[in-house]
Amino acid sequence: MAQVELRNLVKNYGVVNAVKHANIVFQDGAFTTLLGPSGCGKTTILRMIAGLETPSAGDICINGQRINDVPIHKRNLGLVFQNYALFPHKTIGENIAFGLKYRGVSKSDAVAKVKNALDIVRLPGIENRYPAQLSGGQQQRIALARAIVIEPDVLLLDEPLSALDANLREEMRIELKAIQHRIGVTSVFVTHDQSEALAMSDKIIVMSAGNVEQIGTPDEVYNRPTSEFVARFLGASNVVGSRVEKRDEISVHVTTQDLGSLLLPAANCTGLGAQATQAKIIVRSEKVILNPDPAKGVPAVIKAVDYQGQLARYFITVGSTDLQAMALIAQAPLQVGTQVGVCIDPADCIALSQ
Amino acid sequence: MTQTDPRALKLLSPSLAFILAMVVIPMAFILVYSFYENIDLAVDRAAFQFGNWQELASDGYYHAAIWKTLRLSLIVTALAAVLGYIPAYVIAMTQTRHKWLLLLLLIMPFWISFIIRTLSWIHIFGSQGAVNSLLMALGLTDAPVAMMYNEFTVIVGFIHVFLPYMILNVYVSLDGIDRNLEPAARTLGATPWQAFVQVTLPLSLPGLAAGGLLVFVLTGGSYVTPLILGGPRDFLFANLIYDAIVTELNWPMGATLSFTLLALLGSVVIIYSRLMGLKQLSRALS
Ligand SMILES: Nc1ncnc2c1ncn2[C@@H]1O[C@H](COP(=O)(O)OP(=O)(O)OP(=O)(O)O)[C@@H](O)[C@H]1O
Ligand SMILES: [Mg+2]
Repeated sequence: MAQVELRNLVKNYGVVNAVKHANIVFQDGAFTTLLGPSGCGKTTILRMIAGLETPSAGDICINGQRINDVPIHKRNLGLVFQNYALFPHKTIGENIAFGLKYRGVSKSDAVAKVKNALDIVRLPGIENRYPAQLSGGQQQRIALARAIVIEPDVLLLDEPLSALDANLREEMRIELKAIQHRIGVTSVFVTHDQSEALAMSDKIIVMSAGNVEQIGTPDEVYNRPTSEFVARFLGASNVVGSRVEKRDEISVHVTTQDLGSLLLPAANCTGLGAQATQAKIIVRSEKVILNPDPAKGVPAVIKAVDYQGQLARYFITVGSTDLQAMALIAQAPLQVGTQVGVCIDPADCIALSQ
Repeated sequence: MTQTDPRALKLLSPSLAFILAMVVIPMAFILVYSFYENIDLAVDRAAFQFGNWQELASDGYYHAAIWKTLRLSLIVTALAAVLGYIPAYVIAMTQTRHKWLLLLLLIMPFWISFIIRTLSWIHIFGSQGAVNSLLMALGLTDAPVAMMYNEFTVIVGFIHVFLPYMILNVYVSLDGIDRNLEPAARTLGATPWQAFVQVTLPLSLPGLAAGGLLVFVLTGGSYVTPLILGGPRDFLFANLIYDAIVTELNWPMGATLSFTLLALLGSVVIIYSRLMGLKQLSRALS
């Protein structure tokens, strides 16, 4: 078991700054997710931890020990690739046992360990098949088995579920999390799928363009975003401009152009600079309540409806402000053109500096 | 084996007809000719007799030539495999955007007639050649050293001309290997060399085998290279065919020898396709 620490880690590819001064601690035994849009540097960080890329600057430490100069094969890390990277010319048994033979494990012990690993990923008895004879989901499990059988200090997973179809992906993410929990290995998981990150992680690191935007529990990054980027990336959020009118220890009073004035609890305004006169008000689309009676709330019109079964996403206009509202619906969704009343609880809003 | 779709046969029929007309029928003529009797220079009598085949079976000269051809082809193939693997690996693994340039360099020699390329070795190893000029300029020797017209120069000539076939085949198969496999082996504990031996090398064997087959068959059927770069004793089986047909004007014997070489090299191809299948070969040639 191990704690991984990145100190001021930088990676440049020529003029591209793939990773800019990352300072991250991956806690011992925790499942930590690197979440961010394509090209933000998640894979680069993972590959640097594994030793497949050399950092341009900064240190990588495992249990306080600097490992920048430790060669890949001596790092004892389990890496699961997006495309699985199983050895096509070796049987499943040989694939899983591959790392064991470099660890001085005897033949008979290796057989037992392979069997145990296959039991863990719930694919017993397929030692003699070849990777090409397995489905994508099965190959995924074998890649995981191959990485965990060596009892790595850290398990690195680079979008391991992205090549699976939607149903299998949800099934696998529950299973993957359960396996990780059971063996308790420190895990670093890379994804650009926010629901995957929210469902699986102990901690989420949100990245954008080589920067770490926010580090927190799934609940924190979802409900307490510290930047507009995080708010927008994790689920649909509305961002509305406002003017700060009055501010004291318990609340902040802001006025918006179309939603009237709001009295936010001070706890929701930690991201607002002390001297700020303008504030960005962030409110999640599921917190925007639509009332069928336009008189109850701020009058608004539904411009478009995105019907998703038990959910509907409404695109509405309040004065000159466009908002999104997400609602659980029992029957038919509201029609386009319907007049509604918008209600927003200030306690659901977060204020950030402009 | 998969079942043959009758439609597939129909689609293939133009090519099959072409092969029949241009390959099978001419070869049948050669086979028929091998039973004719040679009476005098360029004078043959249509017959059905086994004189030529009996001569082939009984004359040790022919057998020696077969062994020599086999041995030299194996040497050239093995050397080409070792020498060709390295540039193929470099081209396949290079990260530059100018990979096409490296491949172009590989194909460029084909723009020059291979006879001219073969002759160029005379300017390197010959008594007036580059090596001797250098040795004499350095004062290491007074008179030119004889380096030409032996088995060594024949092998060098073959390697020079056939190496691109090996490199291209190995390259194609290396290029098809998933880039993550070696890193995967490395993270599991393999050193760079172990990762290569365990993963990359076995996965590139089909390309190595395809390249080997081409080099072997091309060498085994050559007669120009030994003619230009070899001494009197450095002949291959194909040189005997050349002698029979061009020098002795004994076409029936030439036909017999031709058919023998065809059968020998053909059986190598058949053994190969049984072991490896011809897929890799068509991939590299396309
Ligand atoms: N070998 C390389 N050479 C040059 N630039 C690279 C290289 N590898 C990555 N980059 C660049 O570095 C940046 C980060 O890449 P990285 O692969 O880490 O992104 P990512 O977050 O994993 O994205 P994705 O979700 O698409 O996998 C990108 O802008 C990418 O173009
Ligand atoms: Mg990536």
